[in-house]
Amino acid sequence: MRIIVNGEPSEIRDNSSVADLLDGLRIGRERVAVEVNLDIVPKARYDDHLLSEGDKIEIVHFVGGG
Amino acid sequence: MTLENDKLIIAGREFSSRLMVGTGKYASFQQMAQALEVSGAEIITVAVRRVNISDRSKESLLDYINPKRYTLLPNTAGCYTADDAVRTCRLAREAGLSDFVKLEVLGDEKTLFPDNEELLKAAKILVKEGFTVLPYTSDDVIMCRKLEDIGCAAVMPLGAPIGSGLGIRNPYNIRIILETVKVPVIVDAGVGSASDAAIAMELGCDGVLMNTAIAGAQDPIAMARAMKLAIIAGRLSYKAGRIPKKLYANASSPMEGLLA
Repeated sequence: MRIIVNGEPSEIRDNSSVADLLDGLRIGRERVAVEVNLDIVPKARYDDHLLSEGDKIEIVHFVGGG
Repeated sequence: MTLENDKLIIAGREFSSRLMVGTGKYASFQQMAQALEVSGAEIITVAVRRVNISDRSKESLLDYINPKRYTLLPNTAGCYTADDAVRTCRLAREAGLSDFVKLEVLGDEKTLFPDNEELLKAAKILVKEGFTVLPYTSDDVIMCRKLEDIGCAAVMPLGAPIGSGLGIRNPYNIRIILETVKVPVIVDAGVGSASDAAIAMELGCDGVLMNTAIAGAQDPIAMARAMKLAIIAGRLSYKAGRIPKKLYANASSPMEGLLA
């Protein structure tokens, strides 16, 4: 199915969870926050929050700033 | 007099250092880590941005920051509306598991001055959601009072535009703010040199937050040390109580025993 990750169209297999997406991208879950369709998914729910066709996902982390 | 028990308290949390520093604009993460170390800062600001999903080879900021040593203060830099700032704070809390946020809502790209209307709107929502809100604001007494009234943990008036290095442009406003609010007053933005930082502290400010002044210096590590010393010197000078300013001279040596 098709989803949008950080503004980029991506393909992911059906019934993937947020955890599957992060693992596939090799992103550790400790230091990020994930939003699906503008709603934050708490870390504890990464495994059971399943993604759907067309979902817009934002994965953010901390970078240098003032 | 020492500053041993002179703690900065924000929302019940104690800090020994009154210098807060940003993590942006350094030549490398190594340089940043060294500057942070030398500065003695305990609170450091970070920005919230998208993870680069196409290139995962890049190092991460947090590889260079010991979370036990530093309190991360995520900012909402680049947000121009209350909605964007609130969204960024919620993400920051999820990523960092802390309620501390440096709230900035900008009004204009050229000056980076705050949009105080949107700032107040965002601050109200965030305080209600349990955030510890440290708002970057203009050096406006009424605004600072309003931010305190709605429950912000500190107020952070600018000394001058972000990254300008112009110093404390309106020390009288800062003084009135200090007399008006009870929460910590932290000068955020505008500091260019160690003397600027010392001036803020001599006015009685509770702390100073800076990024460009250190990261943009020719030798950021040396400047980090200068800033650390300036904050301590300024604080001590404030606590010591300066002499009143007088127009005419007042001899330091006795008049008695002068040679005839």
